Amino acid sequence: MAEAAKNIVLHIADVHKSFGGLHALADVDLAVEEGKTHAIIGPNGAGKSTLLNVIVGKLEPTRGKVVLDGELLTGKKPHEINQMGVARVFQTPEIFPELSVLDNVMISAFAKRDGAFKLNIMNSLESETDIQEKARKIIIDFGLDKQINEHSGALSRGHKRRLELAMCLIQEPRLLLLDEPTAGMSRHDTSTTIDLLKEIKSTGMTIVIIEHDMHVVFSVADKVSVLAGGRIIAEGSPEEIRASEKVKKAYLGEAQ
Amino acid sequence: MFKLEKKDAILLLIVALMLIFAPFILNPFPENSGLAQFNAGYPDLMQRFVFFGIFAIGFNILFGLTGYLSFGHAIFLGVGSYAAIWVMKLLTMNILLAIIVAIIISGLAALVIGWISLRRSGIYFSIITLAFAMMSFALAYSVLTPITGGETGLQPKVTDPRILDSALLAGDTPKANLFGLDMTATYNWQVGDWVFTFNVGYYVAAILMFLCFYLSIRIFSSPFGMMLRAIKSNQQRMNYSGLNSKPYTLAAFVISGMYAGLAGGLMVAMDTQVGPERMFWTASGEVVVMTILGGAGTLVGPFLGAGLIKYMENIISKINVGVLHDWFYWLPDWLENFVVTIIYPFVGKGWNLTLGVIFMLVVIFIPGGLVEGIRRIINWFVKRKNISASREITDSDNMQQAGEIQQAGEEAASRGKNNG
Ligand SMILES: Nc1ncnc2c1ncn2[C@@H]1O[C@H](COP(=O)(O)OP(=O)(O)OP(=O)(O)O)[C@@H](O)[C@H]1O
Ligand SMILES: [Mg+2]
Repeated sequence: MAEAAKNIVLHIADVHKSFGGLHALADVDLAVEEGKTHAIIGPNGAGKSTLLNVIVGKLEPTRGKVVLDGELLTGKKPHEINQMGVARVFQTPEIFPELSVLDNVMISAFAKRDGAFKLNIMNSLESETDIQEKARKIIIDFGLDKQINEHSGALSRGHKRRLELAMCLIQEPRLLLLDEPTAGMSRHDTSTTIDLLKEIKSTGMTIVIIEHDMHVVFSVADKVSVLAGGRIIAEGSPEEIRASEKVKKAYLGEAQ
Repeated sequence: MFKLEKKDAILLLIVALMLIFAPFILNPFPENSGLAQFNAGYPDLMQRFVFFGIFAIGFNILFGLTGYLSFGHAIFLGVGSYAAIWVMKLLTMNILLAIIVAIIISGLAALVIGWISLRRSGIYFSIITLAFAMMSFALAYSVLTPITGGETGLQPKVTDPRILDSALLAGDTPKANLFGLDMTATYNWQVGDWVFTFNVGYYVAAILMFLCFYLSIRIFSSPFGMMLRAIKSNQQRMNYSGLNSKPYTLAAFVISGMYAGLAGGLMVAMDTQVGPERMFWTASGEVVVMTILGGAGTLVGPFLGAGLIKYMENIISKINVGVLHDWFYWLPDWLENFVVTIIYPFVGKGWNLTLGVIFMLVVIFIPGGLVEGIRRIINWFVKRKNISASREITDSDNMQQAGEIQQAGEEAASRGKNNG
């Protein structure tokens, strides 16, 4: 309350989503502040991915709205929402498996520069030196330079994730959405990912991260919302969440 | 060269040389030899290679890059043809205008049909285009008869208005021309037993095909081409990366439709007639086979596929029972009859059967098509060359090894001696 009028980047207001009789999301309100990393945790099937799907326009909410920097996202198409500055890494990597790592990243860069559609046949890919260089640089930064000309479908799962993250970051998004970026990773890879996330965070990026690994959550999150059964049952700083009996119960309930 | 990568420039050069020297390449056999029937260097067939080459190169931009399999592209071949013939009837016999109008009208047709068909993807898209193909043919045959001439088709008549041309002299027939250059003009060059035919129409078509191929290379190596590949690879990711896949697919559809329209317009420019069978749905299927046979998504594949199919359709189909008996006359009679009976179903009217077998073998064993086959052969030769080059090195290794073995043998022998 003391420091009022924080800049809210993403505002989710009263969002409901039901599939038939199943209420995947109910009464969800969420505000993500600029430059902050907001973690969403919760047991399996809590509705976390569904929430991201509503944000990026994959799903239309049954009720409620999603607002980015004061502009309504609800009802817009996925490519429009991305062009407004929302980039997403999926739970299972979504890349262009038949294309090379370089091509994957370049496609993203073209989308940022040229918009949703451009009939660009006057230039060859080789003559697009700006995009080439930008893409190569980020690929090296992400440690994928050895694989730069490989089919991205042949990459390991961890590398695919990295690639997808690079594809998002080359667009310098306003809001970065991460769906379990460390799932299935070894302890070593997880800790390098934490370092990477911290680095991204340090650039002032606004991030929403879904994560099961509490170690990751407590390393990077500024704020945590706990989703269970489609409702937000707790919200607060990582320390508050760690101490909350309610949250423990929700997780223990899942474990049994 | 022409802002192209070296590899692509070489490819373009090869295609250019093939087009220029086609009258020689396709006529390798002396005129009076028994093999002369395998010569394909006559204007009619050479032109057909080019029409269908253009058709397939364009089709490949849609199917090869985006993976959207249209079963209706012969519609645009037909639309281009009808548009061109009407230009010839109403405006001028100058083929330039006919061809331009053919491209524009077929582009518009592709815009409408593509816009509707592309609401769905995968098999549903294919079926919608197939439905359009059947409808177009039926329409050309029935309701649209005033425009299409129905079953008999259309051709320029002496009595047509042709408002841009000066009146024909008495007894003259309208001739397709390019600023006065007659498309049917032909020059035969006799060299010993060989005859080579140079036809104006063929070379005009070949120049256009060269341009089409060049444009196709540019599209393949452009950011636009990369987006089309992205559509085939993962449309979801495209959309979430901020790209609208719809207009990209539609653009590819329209471009390929315009290629087909150009091919159709050229057909009319060369033989000044059209009938609805040109857009029968099997013609749409044929271009699919051409593209896959040659190698979908490769630059020259569709052109090769088109060439092979048109060659078989025109050359293999000419082999009849008499020809077969001539070939195998040296066998004992019963064996000759047997062999002819076995082979006959696969040649002559049965050329489709041979094509079917070839198509199946290619799809099963070299799914990348003829282009992949050629690449494999080249790789095999390169590898062999490398092996023989590296043999000299390994030879010295072997020598050393042989020395070691000999030494070991001697040691063993001396040990044996000691033990004994
Ligand atoms: N498209 C859909 N159609 C029907 N039901 C769906 C759909 N998407 C999700 N659900 C259901 O909604 C609920 C929430 O799913 P969601 O994927 O959002 O969970 P989650 O919190 O991401 O779980 P996890 O941790 O396993 O990824 C689940 O019961 C799921 O079966
Ligand atoms: Mg999930």
